[in-house]
Amino acid sequence: MLVESLVLGGLIFAIGTLGVIVRRNVIIMFLCIELQLNAVNLTFVALSRYHGIEGQLFVFFVMTVAAAEAAVGLAIIISIFRHYQTVNVNHFNLLKW
Amino acid sequence: MADILFFIFAAVAVGGAVGVVIGRSPVASLLFMIACLASTAGIFVLLEAHFLAAVQIIVYAGAIMVLFLFVIMLLNLGHDYRRDIRGGLAMLVGFGVTGAMGGLLARQLTDGGRALATNLGPGDAIDAALLEYGAVGVIAQPLFTEYLVPFELTGILLLVAIVGAIVLSKKAS
Repeated sequence: MLVESLVLGGLIFAIGTLGVIVRRNVIIMFLCIELQLNAVNLTFVALSRYHGIEGQLFVFFVMTVAAAEAAVGLAIIISIFRHYQTVNVNHFNLLKW
Repeated sequence: MADILFFIFAAVAVGGAVGVVIGRSPVASLLFMIACLASTAGIFVLLEAHFLAAVQIIVYAGAIMVLFLFVIMLLNLGHDYRRDIRGGLAMLVGFGVTGAMGGLLARQLTDGGRALATNLGPGDAIDAALLEYGAVGVIAQPLFTEYLVPFELTGILLLVAIVGAIVLSKKAS
């Protein structure tokens, strides 16, 4: 089951990357980043079955960082939305050259 | 039995991931994401990570996804059905990059994983510890001894995140 889990993790990570690249809705881009974190968690858990418990501890830390990231990121999205009245990244061009 | 369950969970996880990317409304994407997270939790159970499966459901699919849903409702984006998928060049670049990355990852992980599985034998590194300490104890033991400093730092990180979220989302007076 190890090989299947690793391949599944790689596949979900690739789908998450595709979502970040092709979508313009900033909330869905954010969800796709969470998808990538989830794929990495799956890889950690699959490998921890063979290498000892440390992999599961890392997943624990990754989840905490994901929670902190979601809180701060959503706060940034709210404050940007208040300014531009949209969540489409094409309109966020203040730092664009 | 476990193999059949694994493939069912894997199919739901991949389908949910694809649904997140192609979903029109943010709420639909979010529900697909919850399906993906829940089936990943099922795979965690099959891989003997019972505590993490529970945390995945409670914290990830419960708290974090509800936070997302709350923001979508707060910004009133629930019925925003316009297409926002980039076309043309960005689509091409996206599929090129992710196809190459997925292919490389799958190839690398398949070979590496097979070598690992034959070198280390059946996955029983954790089973003995699980029997001795139980599903929570097996994580708590190293977390509160060897990894105590990172654990405390995580607490500070959460505090900083709380303060930052409040400061960022407060209306400028």
